[in-house]
Amino acid sequence: MKLAALALMLVAFPFIAGEFYVNLASQIFIFAIFAASINLLLGYGGLATLGHASYLGVAAYTSALLGLKLGLGHWIAAPAALLCATLMACMFGLIALRATGLGFLMLTLALSQVLWGTAYRWVALTDGDNGLRGLSRPFHLDDAASFYYFALAVTAASLWLMARFVGSPFGAALRGTRDQPRRMSALGHNVWLIRWITFVYAGFWGAVSGLLFVYYHKYIHPISLSLTNSAEGLLAVIAGGSGTLGGPVVGAAIVMLLKNYVSTYVERWNTLLGLVFVLIVVFMPEGVVPGARRIFSRWTRRFRSAT
Amino acid sequence: MDTALQIRNLRKSFGGLPAISDVSLEVAPGERRLIIGPNGAGKTTLFNLVTGDLPRDAGNIVLFGKDVTHLAAHHRVHRGLARTYQIITLFAKDTLEHNIALSLLGLSKLRWSAFRSFDEGLYGEARAVLARVGLEHLAKKGIAEVAYGDKRRVEIAMALAQKPRVLLLDEPLAGLSREERATVKRLIAGIPREVTVVMIEHDMDTALDLAERITVLHYGRVIVEGTRAEVVADPKTREIYLGH
Repeated sequence: MKLAALALMLVAFPFIAGEFYVNLASQIFIFAIFAASINLLLGYGGLATLGHASYLGVAAYTSALLGLKLGLGHWIAAPAALLCATLMACMFGLIALRATGLGFLMLTLALSQVLWGTAYRWVALTDGDNGLRGLSRPFHLDDAASFYYFALAVTAASLWLMARFVGSPFGAALRGTRDQPRRMSALGHNVWLIRWITFVYAGFWGAVSGLLFVYYHKYIHPISLSLTNSAEGLLAVIAGGSGTLGGPVVGAAIVMLLKNYVSTYVERWNTLLGLVFVLIVVFMPEGVVPGARRIFSRWTRRFRSAT
Repeated sequence: MDTALQIRNLRKSFGGLPAISDVSLEVAPGERRLIIGPNGAGKTTLFNLVTGDLPRDAGNIVLFGKDVTHLAAHHRVHRGLARTYQIITLFAKDTLEHNIALSLLGLSKLRWSAFRSFDEGLYGEARAVLARVGLEHLAKKGIAEVAYGDKRRVEIAMALAQKPRVLLLDEPLAGLSREERATVKRLIAGIPREVTVVMIEHDMDTALDLAERITVLHYGRVIVEGTRAEVVADPKTREIYLGH
């Protein structure tokens, strides 16, 4: 019932909101997929990454380059971009998963910095700091509402498939590797392989968000591969609530609203983002979604005991 | 093949400190073997080497005639090796039945299934395992909500759920009250004969009742091995435990 009401609201949104807000919602959807894919690693696998922007960026650049340099259509460029980014996740996973914890974090950061540096310096291919312009959207989704519906459909499908993944036996094993890796191994689970498959799967969804990102902006710049982008995704997951399905979506909404809406009124929006994050960590250390759930259930208990 | 578990010249050092020095032992199928020794004798290290939790420096581990020395820990489990831990290692945020289900999942092909829901059948099977250890009524409780003694039983149930051929029990009676000890002892005594049991235990009265053969470890070496009577009568055992 709640889900149906939410779906109705989302479908009706372009009819009641102006173009600015519809575009803002599209950006939230894109960032929600990105954050949810980080959540697969952080929330369910216990693997904090600072390199997830790599998959977003590589998918976006591959799609843009195939279109611009080879003149390929979206039907070929999009699957090729997803394949390229996913294969890269396969390779990066082999390297990064040689470590866990801080070592894993630093390896993901180092690998993504290599790509970011390449995008900046390989001017002949990427046009460096100028970025790649003149890109197009598929299916002529040029108005705000039609792109909104496209992004909504892709986001809904992505979140559903990620929810299926974490709710599956494999997802249960993944959570087990987060909580007790040694015990999982003693139970016959191949901890490394579980993590690697999740790494690749998360990379794939990062790539999907990258495709939507480049379609939305019709432009791609090396900053899409940057540490800042990865960190914002990580921030969204932690702020919204890692290890929950709704957390990254709420976290993505918080980050995008601060970045794209509040920034029009507050010059130092980064400071505000930091402040909001500190407040969340202080008052809801588990994140907004689980924190709100906790507060709501406390109020419900109080209300029941009072009546 | 007349041994379930064979350890040949196993060695392990931490830094320059030898924890296991040239340990060899053979456990027959269905045997109940007790491993004893003072603190720091290398008992748990020996288990960790057998399961693959720790890499060995030298030596071999053979399970039912197959050398498993170079197999990863999870592969050894698929060869019929299961263990419990001295320090309870459960999934504290989950229910008892989920803990057992994870154990069942470890040997099931279902563990690679990424797009179907967590099988309700698996929970049914988990509840049946919990019934075997008398914990079915707590199946839906979280691990954090149950008593320490029940957690010990869950540890054993997780190992039994895997239908092991060789079961390593690392101090299964540690920290239990007298009543709880009696319950766990009954549980261990009821393990079917086709399962070979190797147990580390400090509670001698209980452990000696369960064991058929005993290995005494001291400073990482096997110093005495034999039947209960032989080990108890051996002066080296008395020297270690009584100091004379």
